[in-house]
Amino acid sequence: MNGDGRMKRRTFLALSAAASVACRRRPGFEASLIAPDMATGHRLRQGGLPEPDRWEDVPILIVGGGIAGLSAAWQLDRLGLREHLILELEPAAGGTARGSRNGISPHPLGAHYLPAPPREHADLVELLGETGAIESFGPDGEPRYAEHMLVREPEERIFAGGQWWEGLYFHAGANGEDLRQLKRFQAEVDRLAAWRDGKGRPAFGLPRSRGSDAPEVRALDGVTLADWCNGHGLTSPRLRWMLDYACRDDYGLRLDETSAWAGLFYFAARQQGPHDRSRPILTWPNGNGFLVEHLARQAGHRLRTGHAVASLRTTSTGVEARVLEVATGRMLGFRARRAIFAGPLHLAGAVVEGLKADRGSSLEAFHRSPWLVVNLTLRKRPREVGFPMAWDNVIRDSPSLGYVVATHQRGLDAGPTVWTWYHPFTGEEKAERARLLAMDAPACAEMALADLERAHPEIRELVARVDVARWGHAMVRPRPGFCWSEALVRARQPFGPIHFAHTELSGLALFEEAFDHGLRAAREVNALYRSGSRST
Amino acid sequence: MADDPGGAPSGLQPPASNLKATPLFLSVLLIAACGLIYELVAGTLSSYLLGDSVLQFSTVIGVYLSAMGLGSWLSKYVHRNLARRFVEIELAVALVGGTSAPILFLAFARTHTFRPLLYGEVIAVGTLVGLEIPILMRILKDQVRFKDLVAHVLTLDYIGALFASLLFPLLLMPKLGLVRTSLLFGLLNGIVGLWGTWLLRTQIGETFWLRLKGVMVCALLLFGVFEAKRFTLAVEEEVFADEIVYAKESPYQRIVLTRGRGSFQLFLNGNLQFSSADEYRYHEALVHPALAARPRARRVLVCGGGDGLAVREVLKHPEVREVVLVDLDPEMTSMARHQPLLRQLNGGALDDPRVKVVNADAFVWLTEEQSEPFDVALVDFPDPNSFALGKLYTTRFYKLLKGRLKADGIIAVQSTSPLMARQSYWCVATTLEASGFKVRPYHLAVPSFGVWGYMLASPGDFEVPAHTLPGLRHLTDEAMMAMFAFPADMSRVPAEVNRLDNQVLVQAYTREWKRWS
Ligand SMILES: Cc1cc2nc3c(=O)[nH]c(=O)nc-3n(C[C@H](O)[C@H](O)[C@H](O)COP(=O)(O)OP(=O)(O)OC[C@H]3O[C@@H](n4cnc5c(N)ncnc54)[C@H](O)[C@@H]3O)c2cc1C
Repeated sequence: MNGDGRMKRRTFLALSAAASVACRRRPGFEASLIAPDMATGHRLRQGGLPEPDRWEDVPILIVGGGIAGLSAAWQLDRLGLREHLILELEPAAGGTARGSRNGISPHPLGAHYLPAPPREHADLVELLGETGAIESFGPDGEPRYAEHMLVREPEERIFAGGQWWEGLYFHAGANGEDLRQLKRFQAEVDRLAAWRDGKGRPAFGLPRSRGSDAPEVRALDGVTLADWCNGHGLTSPRLRWMLDYACRDDYGLRLDETSAWAGLFYFAARQQGPHDRSRPILTWPNGNGFLVEHLARQAGHRLRTGHAVASLRTTSTGVEARVLEVATGRMLGFRARRAIFAGPLHLAGAVVEGLKADRGSSLEAFHRSPWLVVNLTLRKRPREVGFPMAWDNVIRDSPSLGYVVATHQRGLDAGPTVWTWYHPFTGEEKAERARLLAMDAPACAEMALADLERAHPEIRELVARVDVARWGHAMVRPRPGFCWSEALVRARQPFGPIHFAHTELSGLALFEEAFDHGLRAAREVNALYRSGSRST
Repeated sequence: MADDPGGAPSGLQPPASNLKATPLFLSVLLIAACGLIYELVAGTLSSYLLGDSVLQFSTVIGVYLSAMGLGSWLSKYVHRNLARRFVEIELAVALVGGTSAPILFLAFARTHTFRPLLYGEVIAVGTLVGLEIPILMRILKDQVRFKDLVAHVLTLDYIGALFASLLFPLLLMPKLGLVRTSLLFGLLNGIVGLWGTWLLRTQIGETFWLRLKGVMVCALLLFGVFEAKRFTLAVEEEVFADEIVYAKESPYQRIVLTRGRGSFQLFLNGNLQFSSADEYRYHEALVHPALAARPRARRVLVCGGGDGLAVREVLKHPEVREVVLVDLDPEMTSMARHQPLLRQLNGGALDDPRVKVVNADAFVWLTEEQSEPFDVALVDFPDPNSFALGKLYTTRFYKLLKGRLKADGIIAVQSTSPLMARQSYWCVATTLEASGFKVRPYHLAVPSFGVWGYMLASPGDFEVPAHTLPGLRHLTDEAMMAMFAFPADMSRVPAEVNRLDNQVLVQAYTREWKRWS
């Protein structure tokens, strides 16, 4: 008997519900590429730009307004050399540490945190003091950081087995051997953190220039972190997962390609001594963009954005820079006594005339991981199971690094938010870069959404807009042998009146390293500039 | 034989029968209503208890509908004695559907298997309800022409569903509450079954045992209806007391108002916020000591407390010119203005011209909004049982608050129970001190909470106030003095400072309260 009209009604309801879901699958959001300015980079590489029609003189010229360039300027000011200019290609300073903002929240486009430095790192402590990040100093002279700039608990969680868990190490279900190996690894890190060489230097310092160059430390750079783990009997999948995550997070490399020196640096350099698990972490809604904004304010009108340096040529009196003013397409000329090139080194090869011929092989030694950063603005928070939303949210079975919640530090725990999703491309460099640059904004958004769907099945319904940053040369790769290579040492050497400052010169992409190279380059310039001025 | 003008397919007239179609159609109406009520009860219950009404409702409805499909499909395997099967199914639905709300409440309160039970219940009821109509149609198919049969059954089915869907939110939920609604409709279902033993008696044959079963089911459910009150009391410690009279799922929290035993209660995310029976004790103690310590206060800030009850107390002080209430949830403050019970209790406080209501997270509001400093601030947040609430008890929060107070300003902070969560209570005191406040802890008994604690604090030195407003229900000068004395089992214990980057309070609080639940 064909009696069941009810079924028909129900089926119809189900079908129309399904249909309405299907309709909503059309992306209801706008996706845009916001960084970096690929078009200008392309124009610079094409060459054939006309000669400038106007020349300006400036004692010191800084090329690139990333952390390294801005820090160099900051240091020059401290040294009393206030006459300098920073030329930055992008419409805003900051490079890979830039932040951005939209109607919902400020958010990072790249770098988003900084381990709170101890008092020994006096320069950085001074910088942070200027920004208001230090409330007071303890009786031991250690800075006390502003509570709302330290990562608010809960800091991290991990999605595994269908729900969220506290922390980054996946404790649930770990067996005795897993935990023993975790302990052994931590003991090994403690040992390295406590270790001092003959000159009293730690095995790993932050920045690395404060650390030891003793042979036993350098030897770690000869093997991968995976090999080092094998040598120490560390085979626990959970531990290896965490270490692999750390390598991808800090260097955009896998465990079996990262130098053990660099991998252990990540853990031991942040630790002051044994059992001091790691430094507290400073972060801001716009990530390290907070520090960029402070440095850019200090530079004031001496920072010129939208100025792309097409070439740097050494002359008898110093340096000549040919510069494309991006907005107008005009060429401008700058003559300086000294210059600091604070962009990445593959651009140094293209911009600094004669550099390739002089040290091409050293420049070739640098390899970089591309990164994709996708900011998702959500209308509201998704439903979840398990540990509540943290600052850093990691999905275990994913090639991405998960997402950071931009509104976390502001204490906004409900309603609209912005998530910054990070994905390092860890494969063969050129192929990965081509793959990244072939993706348009919707494709980038799709990659992030497909990944996040593992933990948040309804994420697509919640997205209001998507802002994408595609970093083709995001992070230098510390593969075995590179961090202590001759090439690296050579790349740091000034080339005539041109000095170099960039995080790549450490073989590690970190704020502290960029800052350190900025300060070093400024000191080099200061020494020569003063002796130079005396002689004229 | 003459041609059949009715065109019955077999060419035969329907056999004369003593089977009455009309009463059976009426039972369709009732069955449909009952079926929808069980579905609504399950959906409502799960969204109250588990939160997130959209998800809960749609899963319950989805599961229920597919179970109905299953039932309809299974109906083709029912061959013999359809009438007896029909009555048995009615009685089974009555029993399973009728007892669903009390059983689920009990399961939520006493076990950890709420979800499996919920869906098991929904599948069982859905399957049985799915069986009902096809079987009934087959019973009637020889009595009524097919096209009329389909038309009548489906019409009545839909009308029954319509009745139920209107009755449920308008009458049943507010007047009876979930437990009694479910029992009552079970009873109705049972009566339909019992009635069926008369309507279908010629087809059933032996009816004695079937009727006995029917009577037993009805008796059980009737007993349930009368005992519902006692039952809800029994599980009330774990779940909300009594009937739910208002429930709303806002983006921030689940708001539930329940009524019973001459009072009503407000729950946020399942945690009791007040009972109208003794909230005056709680709110008098929160508000008046601070205003007594800072006479001639003109500007008062209330953080949290969207129910308007603290504001009601503040407004008793004629010298207060302006009250700013900062509460996260617009649903909450709108309920305080419009829900009749609550509005009556707070005396329409939020509509007083001296009161300004701001819907914002107090933490963010304090960081981002700048205004004249306050004389008094009353901090009335839910207990720190989540990181989102824990941030409102940190040095950061208290320092921000201090920044918005006059130098001689006073604050009062609800600080959980010094008896049940001693470490947490003193953690609040320690944190306030670390934020630059002088602190005077105090407490009193609020029967529906237990022994409850507060902090009176000020950036400057101050004395425990001696005189409070006359004419309060609980607070007198003597009672106020007594609140500041701490017996040995609640006296100060060392505690860590609660900061954003450690949130030690949330951990201590969760640990301590676990012992009491
Ligand atoms: C996705 C991502 C996440 C990261 N997260 C962290 C983190 O959390 N913490 C951390 O410490 N580090 C992080 N890093 C590392 C980060 O790169 C460093 O911290 C630091 O910001 C590097 O600064 P830099 O000045 O050395 O280089 P860059 O950021 O590369 O700056 C170089 C600048 O030079 C400009 N420039 C280049 N060529 C020219 C030219 N011809 N003319 C004018 N201007 C030019 C560029 O536009 C750019 O602004 C992250 C990096 C990436 C890509």
